[in-house]
Amino acid sequence: MTATTAEHLLARVRDLLAAHPPADTDRTAFLRARFDAGLAWVHYPEGLGGLGAPRSLQAVVDAELEAAGAPDNDPRRIGIGLGMAAPTILAYGTDEQKQRFLRPLWVGEEVWCQLFSEPGAGSDLAALGTRAVRESGSGDWIVDGQKVWTSSAHTARWAILIARTDPGLPKHQGITYFLCDMHAPGVEVRPLRQITGEAEFNEVFLTGVRIPDSHRLGAVGEGWAVARTTLMNERVSIGGMRIPREGGMIAPVAAAWRDRPELRTHALHQRLLELWVEAEVARLTGERLRQQLVAGQPGPEGSGMKLTFARLNQEISGLEVELLAEEGLLYDDWTMRRPDGVDFTGREAGYRYLRAKGNSIEGGTSEILLNIVAERVLGLPPEPRDDKDLAWKDLSR
Amino acid sequence: MTIAAAPTDLLYSGTEEELRSAVRALLTDRCDAKGVLDRAETGRPHDPALWSTLAARIGAAGLLVPEKLGGQGASHREAAVVLEELGRAVAPVPYLTSSVLATEILLGCDTAESAPLLRELASGSTVCVPAVPLTLAPGAPLPAPVRDLGGGALTGTVTSVADAVAADVLLVLADTGLYAVPAAAARLTPRVPLDLTRPLATVTLEAAAGTRLADAGTARAAVAGALLSGAGLLASEQLGLAEWCLTETVGHVRGRHQFNRPVGSFQALKHRLARLWLDVASARAAARAAADALAAEAPDAPLTVAVAQAYCSGVAVRAAEECVQLHGGIGMTWEHPAHLYLKRAKADSLALGTAGHHRGLVADFAELPAP
Repeated sequence: MTATTAEHLLARVRDLLAAHPPADTDRTAFLRARFDAGLAWVHYPEGLGGLGAPRSLQAVVDAELEAAGAPDNDPRRIGIGLGMAAPTILAYGTDEQKQRFLRPLWVGEEVWCQLFSEPGAGSDLAALGTRAVRESGSGDWIVDGQKVWTSSAHTARWAILIARTDPGLPKHQGITYFLCDMHAPGVEVRPLRQITGEAEFNEVFLTGVRIPDSHRLGAVGEGWAVARTTLMNERVSIGGMRIPREGGMIAPVAAAWRDRPELRTHALHQRLLELWVEAEVARLTGERLRQQLVAGQPGPEGSGMKLTFARLNQEISGLEVELLAEEGLLYDDWTMRRPDGVDFTGREAGYRYLRAKGNSIEGGTSEILLNIVAERVLGLPPEPRDDKDLAWKDLSR
Repeated sequence: MTIAAAPTDLLYSGTEEELRSAVRALLTDRCDAKGVLDRAETGRPHDPALWSTLAARIGAAGLLVPEKLGGQGASHREAAVVLEELGRAVAPVPYLTSSVLATEILLGCDTAESAPLLRELASGSTVCVPAVPLTLAPGAPLPAPVRDLGGGALTGTVTSVADAVAADVLLVLADTGLYAVPAAAARLTPRVPLDLTRPLATVTLEAAAGTRLADAGTARAAVAGALLSGAGLLASEQLGLAEWCLTETVGHVRGRHQFNRPVGSFQALKHRLARLWLDVASARAAARAAADALAAEAPDAPLTVAVAQAYCSGVAVRAAEECVQLHGGIGMTWEHPAHLYLKRAKADSLALGTAGHHRGLVADFAELPAP
């Protein structure tokens, strides 16, 4: 382990740039070389795109490469692979799985999606009913069921999948975690049109899908523990970015207020100021959280930031539609689009208002997150429950 | 475009944490809720022995005063930590009035006449409060109810002066400048306050003699600056108060059983407390930002202070209201201290400008004009 300081990493970056000048190198070839140099995610182990360096040094590498005009791997398009599949494969994968999947995942040659949520199992994720049955001769798993709210399923090559392998056990115990080939026969992806008119997500129907046992992640029946790793990484990735004063959703409302005096009313002014103050306080709270992390004193505030942003985004975008008066009656475009992600800046107020409704549902509903804060941060007693020891097959649904 | 945010340090330093421990230990020993209530009922809530320990032994009174004037040469960041702890204990000491507002006025005057008084304030040997209404807000027009009838004979009436009954000296803003008036030279009429721990009085001056400390222009600028600092630091008192209410309420609902369950296991209550926790965590960021901006004399300090006041006063009131409600019948009793916190929180929400006043300031600073 030599390259753990910023100087060592910068020397490696210079070597990479010298051997593969970005201007004359194919994009994919450059990204593969960057991965092989251990500069993809420097905190990953050597041979898997990293150098076992402190995670904080990634920013140094990224800045240097960006300044040199190096291509990036389009993290927005491959966010689920980077944020959820990769840390789970790193934690639970076999050597073969890590070697096979991490490099094309990071380079962006293979897009990933997440087959967790089901029509009957959303907040109660562990109640999922998609079945995986092992075929006695081949040892392969045969999967049947339906998943929903799947971002990127239509562009994904691979999926992380949880399925029930023993319905006779309580719901958390009979689950197994798989890596599913989205091109396998029996995988059908259908766009799921949303409240905004676009189809950002999908439904995925799995009918007799064959998954070899070598694509199982973790032990049979222990998929819930593996899934918790994925989910923890999902929550980390939401709400942690740094925004400037009057950044985010408050920006277009404030701009409209300044530019269009004819829209102003006293009632709207009071609400605008309240929300402007709350947005500024949310920015400061996020900044304080970031400073705590840098100082090595992580606080529990992170658990709450998603709640705050969900509420604020909804209230601010609602105000924006009202502020626009007659224009607020209009919508920019109901055409069914298939975007790679949420487009809060490229669309108009009506879209922001409708899309923000998802902020308090996706990645854990606000109600579930409030329970988590109450129980884990404040130490209040857990919800009484009677599903923990019952076999999954005996649960009401 | 609005003022860009100055870099801020929103954490607590090691020194600040040590100061917090010292203040908290003192208040735990000498300022329990029952003692506060007993004193408040006598009509003399202030505890001079507690004050002298806080001021002299811990050195809290002189935090904002430079060392060359006998103070600690610290900053608003440290004073904010003291106020957090005083808010947590609803401590009846004249810290906000003497060690923050009066001290800042004197520092703002920066005259040879103000220096000796500053030394006395820094040591805590003299309590000095500004003779202005507690509701006077930064950015609001300064009233001038006191006139100099000639030769420094000050005459006029000022209402709602906080901690005047504990003061040795009053700082009087008259039409001709700023005067230090011995409290004994004024007529103090105590009023019955909503907040029993921060007493109010009407100050009447009838040709009272004082020492002139600064001319009218200097005095008005110094008072305006002190109101800004006071409002910014009041956010930390509100934060500490809200934290006590949250902690106490969480402790109560964990232990209190009804319907054969801890009350805190009911989701309706869990969600209310989780939201309150989130608001308190946000209030901490806002209050720290204000203290840091004042300490750094950041260009955006007036905006940061207005944001902190617009936010924190509401959080403190809500925390105290939730504390009363979620304690059930116990929360409505005189013997439980929740009411002391509710009264302080509600009075604080009027002190140094309401949330609405501060949102109006935000409108100016952020260029979001009214219709």
